Amino acid sequence: MSSEEVPKSLKKIKHIILVLSGKGGVGKSSITTQLALSLIQKNYKVGVLDIDLTGPSLPRMLGLENGKVHQSSNNGWIPVFYDQSQQLSLMSLGFLLNDRGNSVVWRGPKKTAMIKQFLKDVEWGSLDYLLIDTPPGTSDEHIAIAEELRYCTNVEGAVIVTTPQLVSINDVKKEINFCKKVNFKVLGVVENMSGFICPHCEECTNIFGAGGGKKLAEEVQLPYLGNVPIDPNFVDIIEKQTELRKTEGKTLVDLYSGCRLSTMFAEITDKVLLNAGIEDGTAMQTDN
Amino acid sequence: MISVTQPTQQKELKEPEPEHCPGPESNDAGKADACAGCANKEICESLPKKGPDPDLPLINERLNDIEHKILVLSGKGGVGKSTFTSMLSWALASYEELEIGAMDLDICGPSLPKMLGCEKETVHASNSGWTPVYVADNLGMMSIQFMLPNADSAIIWRGAKKNGLIKQFLKDVDWGRLDYLVIDTPPGTSDEHLSVTTYMKEVGIDGALIVTTPQEVALLDVRKEIDFCKKAGIKILGLVENMSGFVCPNCGGESKIFKPTTGGGEKLAKDLGIRFLGSVPLDVRIRESCDQGESFLDLYPDSPACDAILEVVDGLLDEVDKNSQ
Repeated sequence: MSSEEVPKSLKKIKHIILVLSGKGGVGKSSITTQLALSLIQKNYKVGVLDIDLTGPSLPRMLGLENGKVHQSSNNGWIPVFYDQSQQLSLMSLGFLLNDRGNSVVWRGPKKTAMIKQFLKDVEWGSLDYLLIDTPPGTSDEHIAIAEELRYCTNVEGAVIVTTPQLVSINDVKKEINFCKKVNFKVLGVVENMSGFICPHCEECTNIFGAGGGKKLAEEVQLPYLGNVPIDPNFVDIIEKQTELRKTEGKTLVDLYSGCRLSTMFAEITDKVLLNAGIEDGTAMQTDN
Repeated sequence: MISVTQPTQQKELKEPEPEHCPGPESNDAGKADACAGCANKEICESLPKKGPDPDLPLINERLNDIEHKILVLSGKGGVGKSTFTSMLSWALASYEELEIGAMDLDICGPSLPKMLGCEKETVHASNSGWTPVYVADNLGMMSIQFMLPNADSAIIWRGAKKNGLIKQFLKDVDWGRLDYLVIDTPPGTSDEHLSVTTYMKEVGIDGALIVTTPQEVALLDVRKEIDFCKKAGIKILGLVENMSGFVCPNCGGESKIFKPTTGGGEKLAKDLGIRFLGSVPLDVRIRESCDQGESFLDLYPDSPACDAILEVVDGLLDEVDKNSQ
């Protein structure tokens, strides 16, 4: 179907990592956000591509809802940069909608074409990491991205996100089978929303159960990356970032660094990089 | 295992479909703007000219005996569409005189069989069609899950193939006479949603129940789903906010896990002129009962979450009655 060529825009990217899950609402976008922030803390240059066309969440997660995509001189698309340092850039269908409440009601072929265009036309420039956030399921978007990335040698693999309850584990197993079929290496399984620490009494309750991710990883013999509890503080940061950026001049990375999750997530990021075979991260930074 | 028939008239295409492809099955096949210059043009043009879809009368006949059809929708994944579908089904099935059906249209991630405790079942075919799996005497259910060789196999299908299956679900499942059919959908606004509304247009859908969670990230997607309903002409019966607030089982203190910083579901409903049916708190036991495939409403009838769910169900039925008069 697609030409046997690596899309030009992806050639200057060192590593591509996908974030997948069969189940919706498990926190793919939130894990993508944290992975991006944690890579920036390590001083990498990160791009994020959101291919959830009917429900793009990343513009909101990164506080870039008012971002505009510009056209470059080569008729490509310039992604939205977080700030002047250009360490973090994002491309999402959310930027192309006139109104944030508008729905995109597209059947398969149109979605496939959009994803192709995202991969072909977005001018990322040189990046250390490109993270690709996906919609739930194993359908058009996933087939399209797998096809487009087929000849790329810089695809490191996929991070699989799950929540502890059995209902989501069933769906996630399907996603792992999908990865096998399209030859995406699974870099590991993250369990999100495992446990909630009551702000009143500090008691941790496992709202959605516990240990499901680990059990799943053992069952399918994949590396387990760790668990991320529900932290109302993180939700707060995401929801209030635009205000705080205006009033206190704090960037999302600053806010995230003060969040308890950031130290926990740094370990997960290290494991991801280790499993991807990118051993010593610091030596590979871009010089800028 | 029952084999799934391919969409009819599928000829080998030379090239992938272009972006605005009207689809080889449409009346515009080979004639639309996008067809000019498409390598498949000749193939599409040469297909036998179709009048109205021959399957539509069959679908109408099948679904004619179903009194009320309710879609459960949400733009966002993981907000509790399947949980709510199962709750609604259990709640309705508690009236012995009613016949209920639950249909799972989430092809890539079906959850209903697990939640209704019939994961291991298989569907039987007879000359009158596929017989749904009965979870209770008056509660039948149908899901793609029942047709998979094993629970973990992934269905990696493009849209067109999914549409074929949805059509078959509507055409071939022998529901018999039903009072309510509750339809669970996948997240998003794409093929599955378009197909089910197109195929059921003539026979009529009572309306949609929209499920959301309180945080803005979810509301953002739910707004899109509401926009979709307006575009597709589906009546919205009401909106329910799930996972709103959590009561710590240790100290009884309440906390908002997913903060409604922008006013949550209630404000959204008010802004868009939709009926707000209520909010359901997070309860560890809801998750437990769903994992075990048991009815939360039967197991914990005294819990606050149970009251909240029943209130939503009452509001929903009230709305359905109002419309059918």
